Amino acid sequence: MISNHLNSYLILAVFLLIAGIYGLIQHRSFIGMLVSTELILNGAGVNFMAFNRFLAPDPAVGQVITLFIMGIAAAEAAIVVSFILAVFRKYRSIDPDEVKELHG
Amino acid sequence: MTFYQIVAEGLFFAFIILVILGSLITIRAKILMQTVLGLAVALLGVAGIYFYLGSMFLTLMQILIYVGAICIVLVFGIMVGYTPTEVAEKAIKDWRNKFLAISSAVTAFLLILACVLKTDWIPAVADDRNFSAAHLGEEFLYTYCLAFELISVILLIAIIGSIILARGGAGGMVTDHRAGKEVAAVQEEKGEVST
Repeated sequence: MISNHLNSYLILAVFLLIAGIYGLIQHRSFIGMLVSTELILNGAGVNFMAFNRFLAPDPAVGQVITLFIMGIAAAEAAIVVSFILAVFRKYRSIDPDEVKELHG
Repeated sequence: MTFYQIVAEGLFFAFIILVILGSLITIRAKILMQTVLGLAVALLGVAGIYFYLGSMFLTLMQILIYVGAICIVLVFGIMVGYTPTEVAEKAIKDWRNKFLAISSAVTAFLLILACVLKTDWIPAVADDRNFSAAHLGEEFLYTYCLAFELISVILLIAIIGSIILARGGAGGMVTDHRAGKEVAAVQEEKGEVST
């Protein structure tokens, strides 16, 4: 029963994390980087839920933290999309390499 | 192993494959809309994983918040900031970026995998653990009241901040240093519409 082992969930969470890191570095647009960040946050959520299911004495703790992560992710997505809107108005591009006024 | 257990294991593998395929689409797709669709597939798979971890409530919340709300916000972002295909393909051809991405991802994977496999996890002893949504709500309102209040304040600040940012700052519209003419034209149009 592979669905009853902690390690299978942890390895899935690690996969989500590294997919997010890979996409964050490799994508050439702000939206792509934002999407990769969502993957990383989901990896954290899976991790919390797995520890909650197998190790925690009180199973409400991990669910509370996962709900908190979901709220943070929703707020973050709204803020970043409005950032992208402002940057697109100013620079006419969503390529991160174009936005380098503070580069020095 | 009974028939239902075999079906459950098969569904578990289906959800894992959904997560892996979705995240591969997310990080490999050249068109931004396909990226968001891959994200939606991966998030649906994660919702199924939450179901196997014992929380029906979080499964529904995952589908409602992530697949329903955040993906729509991302599609709005794509509609506003359009990326031409040449820029998107430039990302794939940039070997330095790709090398950095692959090396950091592989290093992180190996390090965390070593940690996961080497640790002896101590399982929870209690058998009568309560996974119900009623217990979760009680804990939310009494023990973890701070998290509950904090998330509402954060969401309020995010809504107000994103409205102000999308309007173009507290003072009105932003100035453009490159395509000043276009923005001026857009401003004139907006002024006519609003007045």
